[in-house]
Amino acid sequence: MYLEVAGRSAHAATGAMAIDRPEVTDAPLVVLVHGAGMDRTVWSHQTRWLAHHGSRAVAVDLPGHGRSDGPPLGSIAELATWMGDLSDALGGPLHVAGHSMGAFIGLEAAATLGDRIASLVVMGLGASMPVHPDLQAAADADDPLAADLMAGWMHGPDQKFGSNPTPGMSMTGTSRAVIETSPAGVLAGDLALCADYDGAVVAAAAITCPTTVVLGTLDRMTPRRGAQPLVDALGHATVVELATSGHAPMMEDPDAVRSALLGHLFPN
Amino acid sequence: MVEPDHHRFDTRALHAGQRPDPVTGSRAVPIHQTTSYVFDSVDHAAGLFNLEISGHLYSRISNPTVAVLEERIASLEGGVGAVCTSSGQAALHLAMATILNAGDHVVASRNIYGGSHNMLNLTMPRFGITTTFVNPRDPQAFDEAIRPETRLVFAETLGNPGIEVLDVAAVSGVAHTHGLPLAVDSTFATPYLMRPIDHGADIVIHSVTKFLGGHGVAIGGVVVDGGRFDWAADGKFPTLSEPYDGYHGITFTEEFGTAALSMRARAEGLRDFGGCMSPANAFYLLQGVETLPVRMARHVDNTLRVVEMLDAHDAVSWISHPCHPSHPDHDLAARLYPKGAGAILSFGVHGGREAGRRFIEAVELASHLANVGDAKTLVIHPGSTTHQQMSAEDLAAAGIGEELIRLSVGLEDPDDICADLSRALRASQRT
Repeated sequence: MYLEVAGRSAHAATGAMAIDRPEVTDAPLVVLVHGAGMDRTVWSHQTRWLAHHGSRAVAVDLPGHGRSDGPPLGSIAELATWMGDLSDALGGPLHVAGHSMGAFIGLEAAATLGDRIASLVVMGLGASMPVHPDLQAAADADDPLAADLMAGWMHGPDQKFGSNPTPGMSMTGTSRAVIETSPAGVLAGDLALCADYDGAVVAAAAITCPTTVVLGTLDRMTPRRGAQPLVDALGHATVVELATSGHAPMMEDPDAVRSALLGHLFPN
Repeated sequence: MVEPDHHRFDTRALHAGQRPDPVTGSRAVPIHQTTSYVFDSVDHAAGLFNLEISGHLYSRISNPTVAVLEERIASLEGGVGAVCTSSGQAALHLAMATILNAGDHVVASRNIYGGSHNMLNLTMPRFGITTTFVNPRDPQAFDEAIRPETRLVFAETLGNPGIEVLDVAAVSGVAHTHGLPLAVDSTFATPYLMRPIDHGADIVIHSVTKFLGGHGVAIGGVVVDGGRFDWAADGKFPTLSEPYDGYHGITFTEEFGTAALSMRARAEGLRDFGGCMSPANAFYLLQGVETLPVRMARHVDNTLRVVEMLDAHDAVSWISHPCHPSHPDHDLAARLYPKGAGAILSFGVHGGREAGRRFIEAVELASHLANVGDAKTLVIHPGSTTHQQMSAEDLAAAGIGEELIRLSVGLEDPDDICADLSRALRASQRT
């Protein structure tokens, strides 16, 4: 699906289910937001399922990512504002699910956009996201090493062996390919704005909408302990801990993330 | 500079795609000899059938044992995923059937396996897909043969039987300039010797029967999805970039992005054409993949010894292997294949067809049969076997003379291989 957001073309996967069908007018409008250097497909385990289970799913390509027009935006605050524009374009309050950089965007949007954000699910994040200097340097140089480093770090140790939930697919291979095929400079910019964002705890403290935090115990990019200040600041959040997941629970433990989304969107 | 946190190639050959069975603790990959899988609920079943969730539902489409082999080969090749098939030919067909439609055109190397040549030259035209064959050593020839309706460029990384070395980067560059993918059959190379995706190939096909399996005990194939080609860029590949009624309007590029090809190959190709690999064969082939690095190193070492012996033998009129300085691709092979350019070679015997026949009859250790890539040394006369359906003109164009002997060098003691071949060569010269 293509739509115009703030004057530019934005692309999203909707699970091949139109979100303007009359029978889903009142269904939750769930916007799934990817992380640095990635695109909508990191949510492929959830998008189509949500679309067939009572939600209007919109796995979006952020500006300059995937098939959305660029250029990429330069800060988490700008991306949060863009989420407001997206809410306007979609015509309703958003239930935002964000991963990593997408989680920061979700936090900032939920803290600043009022009732345009109906609820929030975040995963793969900490109170801050410092970036390893070698990763930033490789990304700055558009060196394929950056994709290799990311693909190795973003998944839990099980994925060094594999056994992907999707038969025949290589999780690290897929992650590497998504990053490698992102336009030049996109990963470097994303990493830099993640490292620069220092408003996560302040944003978390300002959030009043229902919030679920999904944490991978084996997350090496944003270790579990780094998320605790956020959890404390949120106060009211539901916390789901996944014992075998790394930084990308929606890929590594898709069943558990679907369950978490289901419980979050339809608590009763 | 920090290193990527991945297991290295030899480790992945043993471990990629498998964690010990969580129920039994089985260290070896279990053979899941089952047709089907119990659903948790009606909703779970519906989700699997509609590609909403991942998992196994029927072994024609996926199977846990086969999935280990698929993920392992995908990891070794550096792809995003892989789909195993009942044979190498089924893999080539699956790749083409996934992206081509009637009216489409292929530009292919003329120096390919006879069965693949037959499929492209004789069989696919019945379904409206035609092929122009070109010299694989000439990237410009690929460029000149591309038409508006061309949708695929295909070649073997090491040609059959002349071991023409494909300049993968050059030919993929030509293909990509035209918005086309490059598919390569890399059966002779295996990912141990060269990884085509690293050089720009978009689809890698193997007859897993050969060196990957390595022991001549099971037939199988695989399509590896490189995941870097943009199938949705310009509307040339509607099977991937347009809604598909077979799964309620799914668009594979939109939902799966870099994995669009492999997802459609499985969801449509295995579902509808059914050329799946059996779990037992996957198990046999996995045993081979586990020792691939060790075996290929020995295959290459033995090949160097055999080439050295043949080079010095009076009965041999010529040798074709990229390690030999006379091979036209000697320099390219040195660059692309630093570990060696495989263990298949061809050579000519003085005395033409009759001498070739006497050679074949005289070998004792080498086996005369229609296969390559076995642990055992194999010989064949392609003109009367694997390539017999080709016309004289096509044979000549493919560089297959009547005197040509194809040799697949095995893992026996190299002194024994050389002694057997040398004895048979002497016998070939007796009239």
